[in-house]
Amino acid sequence: MKDILISDPTLRDGNHAVMHQLNPAQIAAYCTAADAAGIPIVEVGHGNGLAASSLQLGQSLVSDHDMLRIAREKLTRSQLGVFIIPGFGTIKRDLAPAIELGVDVVRVGSHCTEADTTARHLAYARERGKHAYGNLMMSHMASPATLLAECRKMQSYGAEGVVLMDSAGALLPGDVRERFEVLVGGLDIPVGFHAHNNLGLAIANSLVAVEAGARILDGTARGFGAGAGNAQLEVLVAVLQKLGYTTGIDLYKVLDLSDVAEKQVIKSIPIVRPTSVVSGMAGVVSTFAKHVDRISLQYGIDPRDLFFELGRRKVVAGQEDIIIAAAMDLAHERRPAA
Amino acid sequence: MNHKLKVAILGSGNIGADLLIKILRSPSLECTLFIGRNPASSGLARARALGVPVSADGIQAILRDPDCCEIVFDATSAAEHVKHWPLLRALGKRVIDMTPSRVGTMVVPAINSHEFHASDNINMVSCGGQASTPLAYAIAQTQPGIEYFEVVSSIASLSAGPATRANLDEYIETTETAIRHFTGCPESKVILILNPAQPPIHMQTTVSAKVATADLDRLRPVIDRMVASIQHYVPGYQMVVPPVFEHNRIVVMVRVTGLGDFLPAYAGNLDIINCAAIATAEQFARERRTVAA
Repeated sequence: MKDILISDPTLRDGNHAVMHQLNPAQIAAYCTAADAAGIPIVEVGHGNGLAASSLQLGQSLVSDHDMLRIAREKLTRSQLGVFIIPGFGTIKRDLAPAIELGVDVVRVGSHCTEADTTARHLAYARERGKHAYGNLMMSHMASPATLLAECRKMQSYGAEGVVLMDSAGALLPGDVRERFEVLVGGLDIPVGFHAHNNLGLAIANSLVAVEAGARILDGTARGFGAGAGNAQLEVLVAVLQKLGYTTGIDLYKVLDLSDVAEKQVIKSIPIVRPTSVVSGMAGVVSTFAKHVDRISLQYGIDPRDLFFELGRRKVVAGQEDIIIAAAMDLAHERRPAA
Repeated sequence: MNHKLKVAILGSGNIGADLLIKILRSPSLECTLFIGRNPASSGLARARALGVPVSADGIQAILRDPDCCEIVFDATSAAEHVKHWPLLRALGKRVIDMTPSRVGTMVVPAINSHEFHASDNINMVSCGGQASTPLAYAIAQTQPGIEYFEVVSSIASLSAGPATRANLDEYIETTETAIRHFTGCPESKVILILNPAQPPIHMQTTVSAKVATADLDRLRPVIDRMVASIQHYVPGYQMVVPPVFEHNRIVVMVRVTGLGDFLPAYAGNLDIINCAAIATAEQFARERRTVAA
């Protein structure tokens, strides 16, 4: 019987699905229900974490400060988590105040080959006595050996665990197995997985990761997250239970939590739409979905072509500005010759 | 008699190595000392091979021989520069600070080259600051009452050395300060993305301004003139998305192709801040000649 640590970024990844418009009542309602369900970690914030509210990605309805304050008030048993990507959030302006507000768990993220940008932020969180994890985004873009080297850097900076994010929902089960076998064998700290469902594999891939030795899994209520969404939390808890893993979460209570989420938080339940499939095939981060829809309409091009073009340009998380440049180039190519 | 202005480079990383090559090409600057801290560093070996005097003693090299130079380029790190500046000031040196320390007067040649002698410590802001502030300045001049600017730069992973990676927070703070300083706009946000794609991406910078309406007809000629004036000292500076109005914002994007001096052409980030620093140092050289004559 193995313990799996469940972390729930419904109120962070889900913010992508509503262009970062989650409101105070929704944050409060979800936190209250998640606390009652005994969810170990509840992650809250803008989709790209602290200080990511921007024209580039979408401005948050509620400030980082207020989101954390509301969540902190409602979470008594569950730990409060934040996500921060160096290059967006700074220690002084963003992480220090978040910790002052009572954050328990800090996830520091970078693109999967740039772990050394997380050193200072991880060290700061540890110095302040917080749980600190390293997240490698877009983990389909690096080989298992490279991912291991990057995870080892995070381990050396004091991360108490590392989490591979399949940000584009691009990994197939074999890719996941290969990565976790290498990581689990080569690290002294627990390893986790954050799935996206672009190719309908979020739950399956999460299970493959666990079977290969992952001990941390991210799941969101009804899968509420960017693009096609994440691994569906209540399903994840159920199948883990069926396989004999323990999560400490009561099945009925997490099912109730998912109903609360559907009724009060989720505008539309994520499904695998054509552009999500294409985003997964092209290996483009799921957070681009809403922007690609909007911009391809403005420039009169097929959003699927735009996703594949972005995939060819090897864009990484946060490069939403390149969508306009790529769209203009495509529109220009398609224009009939004068 | 040698009329070139004597300069020292403190810091033997990517920035220092690239500055050296540009100085060797300059008609008015001469590098009289190239300083690192590790005697075995490849940066020092390269400089020695180019026939440039080198030292591995850090700031001590200048303290020991203050007459070696008139100007010091500090290409170490923000934290190091804070320690170096009082020592260099006591020696009466002019300093061009390549780090995001914000100790001195910020200079972006296309906007305020005339302020180059406003202080003995000239701060070159940051690579993203050099690429973005002129665009934001042009937007602010033509669109009244902008309350928020945003700058996103993507650079090739290979172009970001250890000091850059350790200084991301300082980069953000300094570039945000520069945007507010040069535009008078009350709020700014800066984002930096490292992209490891092969072949490496060229530096790209996007400036967005939050607006209700946009007067692009007024903006376009002003921004075109600004781009042309940057191209005088950064030949690889190019507008790839001219100003567009999208989603209640004005968006403009540039790409910076480097001269390929030390790092290959993709490292436009290295090139633009160094080209700006060289342009500033050459102004000092011109001023000195005028005074001497």
